[in-house]
Amino acid sequence: MDARLGFSTVDSAVHQPHPEPVVRLRDFTRRFGANTIIDGLDLDIAPGEFIALLGRSGSGKTTLLRTLAGLDEVRDQDVEVPDSRAVVFQDARLLPWKPVWKNVALGLKGDNGRARAEVALKEVGLGHRLDAWPLTLSGGEAQRVALARALVREPQLLLLDEPFAALDALTRYRMHDLVLSLWRKHKPAVLIVTHDVEEAIALADRVLVLDRGRIVAEERITAPRGERSSFAGRLREKLLSHLGGDDHDDGVVPFAVAAE
Amino acid sequence: MAVLTINDTSRARRSRSASAPRPFSLSRFGGRWLSPVLLLLLWEAGSRLGLIPERTLAAPSAVLGTLLEMVISGELPSNLLVSFARVAVGLLIGVGLGLGLGLVAGLSRSGELAVDPLMQIKRTIPALALTPLFIVWFGIGETPKVALIAFGTIFPVYLNLYSGIRSVDLRLLDAAKSFGLSRWEQIWHVILPSALPSLLVGLRYALSVSILVLVVAEQINASAGLGYLINNARDFMRTDIIVVCLMVYAILGLGADWLVRTIEARALIWRPSIVEQ
Repeated sequence: MDARLGFSTVDSAVHQPHPEPVVRLRDFTRRFGANTIIDGLDLDIAPGEFIALLGRSGSGKTTLLRTLAGLDEVRDQDVEVPDSRAVVFQDARLLPWKPVWKNVALGLKGDNGRARAEVALKEVGLGHRLDAWPLTLSGGEAQRVALARALVREPQLLLLDEPFAALDALTRYRMHDLVLSLWRKHKPAVLIVTHDVEEAIALADRVLVLDRGRIVAEERITAPRGERSSFAGRLREKLLSHLGGDDHDDGVVPFAVAAE
Repeated sequence: MAVLTINDTSRARRSRSASAPRPFSLSRFGGRWLSPVLLLLLWEAGSRLGLIPERTLAAPSAVLGTLLEMVISGELPSNLLVSFARVAVGLLIGVGLGLGLGLVAGLSRSGELAVDPLMQIKRTIPALALTPLFIVWFGIGETPKVALIAFGTIFPVYLNLYSGIRSVDLRLLDAAKSFGLSRWEQIWHVILPSALPSLLVGLRYALSVSILVLVVAEQINASAGLGYLINNARDFMRTDIIVVCLMVYAILGLGADWLVRTIEARALIWRPSIVEQ
């Protein structure tokens, strides 16, 4: 692959597994009745890696995220996820009857909960809203509290489930910057589920496209964030073609990357 | 309940007019009190003119005089205390059982299977219909009165707590699970607080039921209490005393409602409507 390209299609045959991935799924299959939601999925996530998972509705991305979050029990499956993990959902899911800091400190062991919550809330720029009631927060503020609640646990794996989909464009860009700066500082492995291709390209080291329970495309982005505009258009076309069409099974990529 | 709503509205109106003084107008200045006061005046005039005989209905002034008399003699306070104790003990038992059964049925499937059918059967029997049976079982002392109140107040507490627990937002529960909260922590931090508004509605029902049942239960051969006063007054055709006791029942009802409102204002402070105030 051309290094100037800034991204490269990962060939699963030459995929070199990291020595100690934080997430390891092998031939993971999940069925509900006759429906196969996830179909023989292999996935490794390296420590500190930032992965974006793209997929249409019904592609199985929610099921995959619930499995990684430990919300669905998996039996007789080769699934390894770290114990320390945290989720930020699309809706902030704060407990309305607890003030902001108690939401952040929810379930923390030890008696310095308020102090730890305060540190985390300051990091997301909400150090002044410690005692606010969640229902008085704006959507962006609530989502930042949800981020603080996830980060205060110092997770090895941070799962973001379309966390910015409900926010306006300006707030969304601010949240992208915030997530990136927090990720650089704390270095958790991040998996962000999104249907926004731009968001995936702006944030991730690796973009996965999930369709009918299988990973149909995998792009590794090597260019630094902020310098991705040169190829973002082409990568977007490529990812969209995987997302949109039904003709991906034969491996046809309408936009030839090799033409570069 | 309706009386309290009127009170609240007029209070809100008064505080609003205090902040922004407006020119005097009848509709604004205690407009809501006007018709009840007019009715009282008509009633008083009717009594004075002999249109309303005293054994049909005593005049408001006579009622007020009797009230003062009964308070000073200690007759009213001592009997009120007896009635109050019946409600308190009955509620304590009824609400306690309702809470316990609601928790069992709400939090576990097997608990639901065991408890809910029985409670639904119980619901079809009006508490007051059991009066004869309770008299046979418990005699005519304090026990049947307390038992009736307890029996009548179990269900509203049970049903509202049970449905409050079952209607917990599963997305919030998922979030709590994803942060590794144990089952007990989930119940304590998520399920019970989310069931609380519903439980308070049940509690409010239970309080009004308790006073309704009290009125009837006290007709059972009571030797003290408000019902005893009313029964005695009936025998002597003292309509003034009857009206005084009716007023006390109304005040008990208002007091009960105020109690739950106070609890709600403290416990549900996170709700936007209350936060904004």
